[in-house]
Amino acid sequence: MDKFRMIFQFLQSNQESFMNGICGIMALASTQIYSAFDFNCPCLPHYNLAYGLGILLVPPFILFLLGFVLNNNISMLAEEWRRPQGQRGKDPAVLRYMFCSMAQRAMIAPVVWVSVTLLDGKCITCAFCTSVPVEILGNASHPSLSQGDMKRVLARIPCKEIYDGQELIANEVAIRYLRCISQALGWCFVLLMTMLAFLVRSLRPCFTQAAFLKSRYWSHYIDIERKLFDETCTEHARSFAKVCIQQFFEGMSTDLVAAHCHLPRKAPEDAGEATEKLLGITDWDTMNMALKSWHRCKPPLHLHTPALPSGNGWAGEGQPPVHRSVPQREMAAYYSWV
Amino acid sequence: MDHFRMIFQYFQSNSESVMNGICGLLTLASIKMYTSIDFSCPCLPQYNMAYGLGIMFVPPIALFLCGLILNRQSLVMLEEWSRPQGRRKKDPAVIRYLCSSIMQRAMVAPAAWIIVTLLDGKCLICAFSGSMDPEKFVDFASASPVQVQQLLAKVPCKDEELMRNNTSRKAVSRYLRCWSQALGWSILLILIIAAFLARWLRPCFNQAALLQARHWSNYIDIEQKIFEETCCEHSRLFAHKCILHFFESMRQEVKLHSFSLSREGEGSEGDQALLRGITDQDQVNKLLKMWYYEKPPLDVSKATQR
Repeated sequence: MDKFRMIFQFLQSNQESFMNGICGIMALASTQIYSAFDFNCPCLPHYNLAYGLGILLVPPFILFLLGFVLNNNISMLAEEWRRPQGQRGKDPAVLRYMFCSMAQRAMIAPVVWVSVTLLDGKCITCAFCTSVPVEILGNASHPSLSQGDMKRVLARIPCKEIYDGQELIANEVAIRYLRCISQALGWCFVLLMTMLAFLVRSLRPCFTQAAFLKSRYWSHYIDIERKLFDETCTEHARSFAKVCIQQFFEGMSTDLVAAHCHLPRKAPEDAGEATEKLLGITDWDTMNMALKSWHRCKPPLHLHTPALPSGNGWAGEGQPPVHRSVPQREMAAYYSWV
Repeated sequence: MDHFRMIFQYFQSNSESVMNGICGLLTLASIKMYTSIDFSCPCLPQYNMAYGLGIMFVPPIALFLCGLILNRQSLVMLEEWSRPQGRRKKDPAVIRYLCSSIMQRAMVAPAAWIIVTLLDGKCLICAFSGSMDPEKFVDFASASPVQVQQLLAKVPCKDEELMRNNTSRKAVSRYLRCWSQALGWSILLILIIAAFLARWLRPCFNQAALLQARHWSNYIDIEQKIFEETCCEHSRLFAHKCILHFFESMRQEVKLHSFSLSREGEGSEGDQALLRGITDQDQVNKLLKMWYYEKPPLDVSKATQR
C-alpha cells in the first residue's frame, strides 16, 4: 500500500505526469482488449470487408473519444473557450496548446490498437481475402469459376474448417500472403507515426519556444486557479453551513424557552463545554421538535450577523435572533495554507 | 518498502538514471514485441527478401526514434542548440556531449532487436533462402530453374506439404540459421568490445574537458527543471492572490449594496472573516455567476500592495 501511495503521489504531484500515466494505462488496456477480443470473421463475400475494416477503425475512434473523456482538462478547455471576455482577455494560443496536448495524449491508444491489429494480421486477412491474386498464387490447372462462386470460395479463406477451395488456391499460401501484407502495412504505420511524433517534438524547440513557454505557463495557471477557487468555495460553504446550523439551534432553544415557559436556562459557571454544546436542547420532546423542524422547515440561506437585534418571535421560520450571552465559538481555522 | 522507496528516490533524483531506466524498459519491450509478434514469411519468390529485411530493419528505426522521443535530454539539447546567444555563451562541447549520450542510449533497443532477430534466425532464412545455390542441395539440383526458385522460396515454411519432410529444406534451413547466429554473436561481440574500449579508454583522452561538459549538461537539465517548478509555484501564488482579491471585491460590493446587515459585530470578527461578507444565497449565486461571466483581470498588483 505504501508503494502504491508513493507512486500515486509521484504521479499526482506533476499534472503532466498524471496524464502521461493515464495515457500509458490506456495504451496497455487497448492491447489487452485486443487480445481478449474473440475475432470472428463472418467468411461471407460482402460482410468480410465491413467486419474487418470495422474492427480496424471503430475501436480506435472510441478509444480516442475515451481519451478525451478521461482527461480532466477537457472541461477546463471548454470553460475557457466559452466564457465571456469580461475583464480578462482570451488568448487563443493557450486554447490551442491545451487542445493539442490533449489530442496528442488521446491519440496514443488508437495508434496502438491499429498497430497491434495490423501486426496481428487477422483483420486484413478477413477484409481482403476476396482480393487475393489467384492468378499468381493459385493453381493454374484448376478450371475457372464464375465471379460470384470465386468470391464465395475466397471469402472462406480465414475460416479454415469450412474452406473448400484447396484446389483453387492453398489456404496457407493465401493466409501467409495476406498476413505478410498486413504486417508490412503495420510496420510502415508504426514507422510513420514515430517519425511524425519525432518531428513534432524536435521541431518545436527550434521555432516557437518562447510562445510555447508562455502558453504552457498560462494553461497551468488556469488549471491551478480553477482548483483553488473550488477549494475556497468549499471552505466558504463549510463555514456557511456551520453558522447556519448554529443559528438554527440557537433560534430553536430561544423560542422554546419563550413558547413553553420553561425555566430560563441558566448557564452555571461550572457547566463545562458539554452543556454548552447541548445548545439548550435537553429533553426528548425538544430534540424531536428540533429534528421535525429541521425536516419540515429548513432555515433560509441567510445568515444574520450577531450584532443585529431582532425582536421577532420564532414563527416556525428560521430567522433566529442570537443570544447575547452566547460565548464566542471557536471555529476551526481553515487558513492553514494562507 | 523502504528498499523500494530508496530505489525510487534514487531513480528520480538523477536524471541520467531515469534515462537509463527508460532505455532498459524500451529494450525489454523490443524483445517482448519480437517474441509476441507472429512472424510469417510469405514464401513467395519476390516477397521473401523484402519481408525478411523489412522485419530486420524497419522496427529498429522506429525503436531508435522512440528512444529519442522518450528521452527528456533531447529536448534540453535542442533548446540549448536553438536558443539565441543572449548573455550566456554557447558551448559546443556541451551540446556534443548531450548528443552523444542521447544517441548511445537510443541505440540500445534497436541493437537488441537486430541481435535477437539474428540469433533467432527466421528473418535471415526468409530473406536469403531464394539466393542459395541449388547445386549444393540434392533435391533442388534436379529441378528446373523456375521450379527451383519456387522451391527455395518455400524453404522457410515448414508446414507446406511439399516441404514437410524434405531433407534439403532442412539442410538449407540449418545452413542459413548457422550463418545468422554466427552473424548475431559476432555483432554482439563487436558491440560489447566497442563499449568496453570506449569506457576504458575514455579517461585517457581529455578527461578534464569531459568532466566540464558533463557538469554543464547536468546543470542545464537541473536549471530547466527548477525553472518549471518555480513557474508552477508562482502560478499557484498568483492564483491564490487573484481569488482572494476577487472575494474581497465581492465583499466591497455587498457592503455598498446592502443596507443594514453588514456591520461588523464585536464578537463575530472570526465568523465574518471566514465568510468574507458573503452570507446569503443570492450573494453566493451572484459570486459564482461573476466568476464565470467576468473573471477578474490577471493583475494582482493592488492585492500585493495591501
